[in-house]
Amino acid sequence: MRRLELWSWIAIGIVLSALAIPWFLWGSATVVAGLPLWLWWHVGWMLLASIVFWVFARRAWGIGVEPGRDGSAGKSSGTAGEPTGTGRNRDASVGGERR
Amino acid sequence: MSLRLQLGIIVGYLLLALSIGVVAYRLTDRTAEDFYLASRTLGTVVLLFTTFATLLSAFTFFAGPNIAYHQGPEWILVMGLMDGIIFAILWYAIGYKQWLLGQQYGFVTLGEMLGDRFGSRRLRGLVAGVSLLWLFPYVMLQQVGAGTALQALTEGAVPYAVGAGLITAFMILYVVVAGMRGIAWTDTLQGAFMLVTTWIATIWVLAVVGGPGVATGALESEAAGHLALGGDFYTPQWMLSTAIVIGFGVAMFPQVNQRFFAAGSKTVLKRSFALWPILCVLLFVPAFMLGAWARGLDVAVPEGGNVLPAVLAEFTPVWFAALVIAGAMAAMMSSSDSMLLSGSSYFTRDLYRPFVDRSLSDRREDLLARVGVVVFATAAFAASLVTPATLFELGDAAFSGFAQLALPVGVALYWRRTTRAGITAGIVGSQAFYLSTLFVDSLVGAIEFLTPLLGGLAPALVTVVTTVFQGTYAGWTAGIVGMAIGLVVTVGVSFVTRPAADERRAIYFDGFGAD
Repeated sequence: MRRLELWSWIAIGIVLSALAIPWFLWGSATVVAGLPLWLWWHVGWMLLASIVFWVFARRAWGIGVEPGRDGSAGKSSGTAGEPTGTGRNRDASVGGERR
Repeated sequence: MSLRLQLGIIVGYLLLALSIGVVAYRLTDRTAEDFYLASRTLGTVVLLFTTFATLLSAFTFFAGPNIAYHQGPEWILVMGLMDGIIFAILWYAIGYKQWLLGQQYGFVTLGEMLGDRFGSRRLRGLVAGVSLLWLFPYVMLQQVGAGTALQALTEGAVPYAVGAGLITAFMILYVVVAGMRGIAWTDTLQGAFMLVTTWIATIWVLAVVGGPGVATGALESEAAGHLALGGDFYTPQWMLSTAIVIGFGVAMFPQVNQRFFAAGSKTVLKRSFALWPILCVLLFVPAFMLGAWARGLDVAVPEGGNVLPAVLAEFTPVWFAALVIAGAMAAMMSSSDSMLLSGSSYFTRDLYRPFVDRSLSDRREDLLARVGVVVFATAAFAASLVTPATLFELGDAAFSGFAQLALPVGVALYWRRTTRAGITAGIVGSQAFYLSTLFVDSLVGAIEFLTPLLGGLAPALVTVVTTVFQGTYAGWTAGIVGMAIGLVVTVGVSFVTRPAADERRAIYFDGFGAD
């Protein structure tokens, strides 16, 4: 399930990148309210991107990055919480190497 | 009058920045981590604006509007895609993972993070070396820019060398005193100032000429085709290559990459990430449209000069134009000071510490870091006086050079089977390819010089070199081709090699997040 969610977010990221430039308006010089139509599209698209990023940050933050969030990142405890902040246990995991 | 006003505003800004630096100094621990990363405590507004101001320097005010003036405003799309979306996604994919690892293991630099995972001092040194190779000439370019701008501003009263020297001296003083905390605070002021003045400038100019409809109409009649999306200059391949390469390059630029480590909490990262596209579009649209509109408004731009100062001089009062230009100069410095700090950290942490003195104490490292800033800035200043052509080429190509690092690093962060040999080969291979495309003439020269040795082989070699190393490949830039090579080599070599015994594969996957 998490894996499907991860791939959905990756697809959304690709669509967001792909249409930031409105390729379907290529060559168009239509002006709306003093600015080219393609510029309006871009401004709207960036607003949309911001909203999508906000939704992502609220609902899915950590997916694909934190261990245990998507089932693919190994056998760690699965608690994807905030790291301990003060951790300087640089050598702590040397012995815990798993391949 | 305008000269004294402009100088007054610049000096005023410098003094304000310095006073912020002094306040930051009083709050600073004497450790390298605090000096480089403000002890990982930056809040949303500060992180957002310091990244923003560091990223968007003089280019937004000078080069960008100039391109919009000459070629049309499509640059906005390239900038929006590269900074607003691609960089934001990398902010999550690379930056958030880096932040988690930094919290867990105390990493301060990219090289440290990779060197620890792959159990390799040499890899750490390689990443630092490659980064400094591109960073040094880029810092030099900023000094050249500042020296030239001050000379132009004062009509020669402040000669180039004195201008560049003054700004170098100020930056050294400022960075050595303030460290990351002070830089981040001034950047915040700087970022907000940039946004506000750009919007006021745009509204002011539009109010004078009669609104965006009039300005756009004038542009249409002056330069037909400027408004149409695309053209000879803006081809799809070129727009995509530029946006992708620079977007990835920015994430590997030391001063930006290190900010990935500096956030105070996860919430700070989340908020900054969501606000990023809006912030970008808020700055790019007015700044670049002003440049494009200037074309239709018959603004006289001097040969080789910048568009934005010319527009402001034509339509706004002297004091306001001076304020914006002073802001642009300060923007240049606010990027350079972050670069100096990062350059110093790469040098101390990844070259001096592992290769010269492993038993460096925190306190001594803090001192060495400050000495590093002085050495780095002074060397770049010396280079800016001589302005060697090779360094110029390297500085201009810096973003693409950094972009070559991004895919090997991304693969290492997310693919468990990446080996030390794989990532090293990926980094060396793509850097060698990209540098060869920059210096293909020198390669041909070297082959011709060796003709007596090579004999009949020389012409064939020249053909091979000029065929393989080109500026563009079917419209795609050498930068993006190099990135693809880095990806293929990293993955391919990792497939055919086995991990070295002292690699710590688990730390990017299992070793963090689990206490």
